[in-house]
Amino acid sequence: MELAELLAIGERERSSRRPVQINCCIAAGCLSAGSEAVQRSLNDSVKAAGLQERAQVCGVGCLRLCSRGPLVRIEPEGDLYERVTPEQAPGIVAALTGGHADAQRGDPDSPFFRRQVSVVLENCGRIEPERIESYIAAGGYQALFRALHEMTPTQVIDAVSRSGLRGRGGAGYPTGVKWSMVAKAPGPRKFVVCNADEGDPGAFMNRSELESDPHRVLEGMAIAGYAVGAEQGYVYIRGEYPQAIHRLQVALRQANRLGLLGGHVFDSPFAFRIDLRIGAGAFVCGEETALMASIEGRRGTPRPRPPYPAEAGLWGCPTLINNVETFANIPGIIRRGPEWFAAFGTEKSKGTKVFSLTGKVRHAGLVEVPMGTTLRTIVEEIGGGSADGTPIKAVQTGGPSGGCIPAWLFDTPVDYESLTQLGSIMGSGGLIVMDEQTSMVDVARFYMEFCMDESCGKCVPCRAGTVQLHRLLTKIIQRRAQADDLRRLEELCDLVRHASLCGLGQTAPNPVLSTLRYFRHEYEALLARPEV
Amino acid sequence: MTVTVTGPATLRLAPEHPSGDKRFKLLDAAIKKHQFRQDALIEVLHTAQGLFGYLDDGLLWYIARALKLPPSRVYGVATFYHFFTLKPQGAHTCIVCMGTACYIKGADVLLRAAEELAGVRAGETTADRQLSLLTARCLGACGIAPAVVYDGQVAGHQSPTSVCSRLKEWLVRGTG
Repeated sequence: MELAELLAIGERERSSRRPVQINCCIAAGCLSAGSEAVQRSLNDSVKAAGLQERAQVCGVGCLRLCSRGPLVRIEPEGDLYERVTPEQAPGIVAALTGGHADAQRGDPDSPFFRRQVSVVLENCGRIEPERIESYIAAGGYQALFRALHEMTPTQVIDAVSRSGLRGRGGAGYPTGVKWSMVAKAPGPRKFVVCNADEGDPGAFMNRSELESDPHRVLEGMAIAGYAVGAEQGYVYIRGEYPQAIHRLQVALRQANRLGLLGGHVFDSPFAFRIDLRIGAGAFVCGEETALMASIEGRRGTPRPRPPYPAEAGLWGCPTLINNVETFANIPGIIRRGPEWFAAFGTEKSKGTKVFSLTGKVRHAGLVEVPMGTTLRTIVEEIGGGSADGTPIKAVQTGGPSGGCIPAWLFDTPVDYESLTQLGSIMGSGGLIVMDEQTSMVDVARFYMEFCMDESCGKCVPCRAGTVQLHRLLTKIIQRRAQADDLRRLEELCDLVRHASLCGLGQTAPNPVLSTLRYFRHEYEALLARPEV
Repeated sequence: MTVTVTGPATLRLAPEHPSGDKRFKLLDAAIKKHQFRQDALIEVLHTAQGLFGYLDDGLLWYIARALKLPPSRVYGVATFYHFFTLKPQGAHTCIVCMGTACYIKGADVLLRAAEELAGVRAGETTADRQLSLLTARCLGACGIAPAVVYDGQVAGHQSPTSVCSRLKEWLVRGTG
């Protein structure tokens, strides 16, 4: 494959397009609301109306407003239809020629869409995820070509470093630093691993990214492989995401066929193979050392670090592990330059972040905003505030490793440092809105039960500590606890946090500690009155 | 328990599983596709469960021999991951998502209603093997919470009434 060929594929795709595109969301959220039937019906309606020359129906990735699915968007006009049924399809097609559509119209200019900035999701909802031509027409794989033919591996790493990109899996480790560590590590074989084990309950960013634009992640991984000197990549993906797995398999097949992956990528000496590894339902496998054990076909139990994967990872070889969203950021950085990327965000947290906004909020769905956007903007403007008028009490970020941030701190900008200061973490990007009806003690127990079940059992502080913490929280909820129990709860949190082997145990107390910090009165109100 | 482990060589040559079950042929093909690599254990278990519905002891032994792995390792992996089940499932499955978004939108109420109706706890199968009631960590379908999966089909915005009417269909058909 030469650059000219790549550009020709893109050109062919663009010129074969009809003037009007009827984009029907076929990401998992809308699919389960019945968008497949809607897409079929739209296709039939276009044919019935004899508009094949003017309009075409495309199955696209996430159109973001998941709570109103199935969604249909008309390009280039931008008309949006919500909760579309197959019966409404003829009306939508008739509306193209001035007819009346009986489907519910959405507002494409509402703050939900207007306040978002698309970097990672620039193709999301615009291209057809199961067709590589669609990605190439949007400029896909040009970054990989540029990296291979115009840059040395060191220059690629330097560009990533200068962009200021930090790991999107939650911890925020500078990506450029990690890449250069793997590049410098000695070893004949190296690996690149994409962590798509999105285990946080209430988070679906990675699923949406993979379902909407799988090639972008593959391209990012290939660039990483070139930069660090790896020839083999793995995508470790949750078994609970069948749609994303299917689209990745299709994407891999297409990229291999066109010579964009495999041996001699873009006719260069660089070879890069990517294989899928399907997870089997273990939250701890999101932890990098456990994830590697799982790729090797063993039980997903973590091991102490150091050595870090960058020195000794898969089968003892230097291994680069990044999150889906981190890899999805790479093609943009290479194509448009690190300065373009660094213009988004704050001093220390560059770029944008994708969140999955859910819970008791009016507009639930996929949201991308520049780093440093306040929680208030995300929850109240983009999310449209409370769903039924009940005042919002808090948002939970970071899943079972994160914490709850109360409504009075909503003016906090979202970046790695600010959220850590508040006792939560950025996490991979789940934002769950809770209102006055939600009991924070109950939420804390919910997460503790999760961690208790998901603890792999290797180290005692996590295995036994989470059980004891769960017991204490249950005791509080059952109004059998005394003031002394609260003290014991805090002590035990401290112990589990400092003595556990891996991130799961170390962060398991976070939901308890953050709710104790901001909603202590809820705990105290549940204490049994001392007998007089 | 004493079991003689036959060498994998005989097994690879064996044209057919002694039971005559054709599904073993498909499993063999999958194992071969992975070049008998021991690190493909999880992939092979996925295939096996897809073919047989669950992993019984004989099947785990079979896989252990084919991959030249100690049975303890295969059993350890199969029991470690939630996705693998060592017990047969019911004719229908109902999975209530217990992710955070679903939970705060009342997934626990849905689950209680389902448990009451089916007369089994989460993770169990009804005595007539009609229904397995399960929970999931998070389906990633948070935008349409609370979500329930009926026989592989995800349904969003569920209520106790919608869950019960769906389950009643299955349970009634089973007894009738």
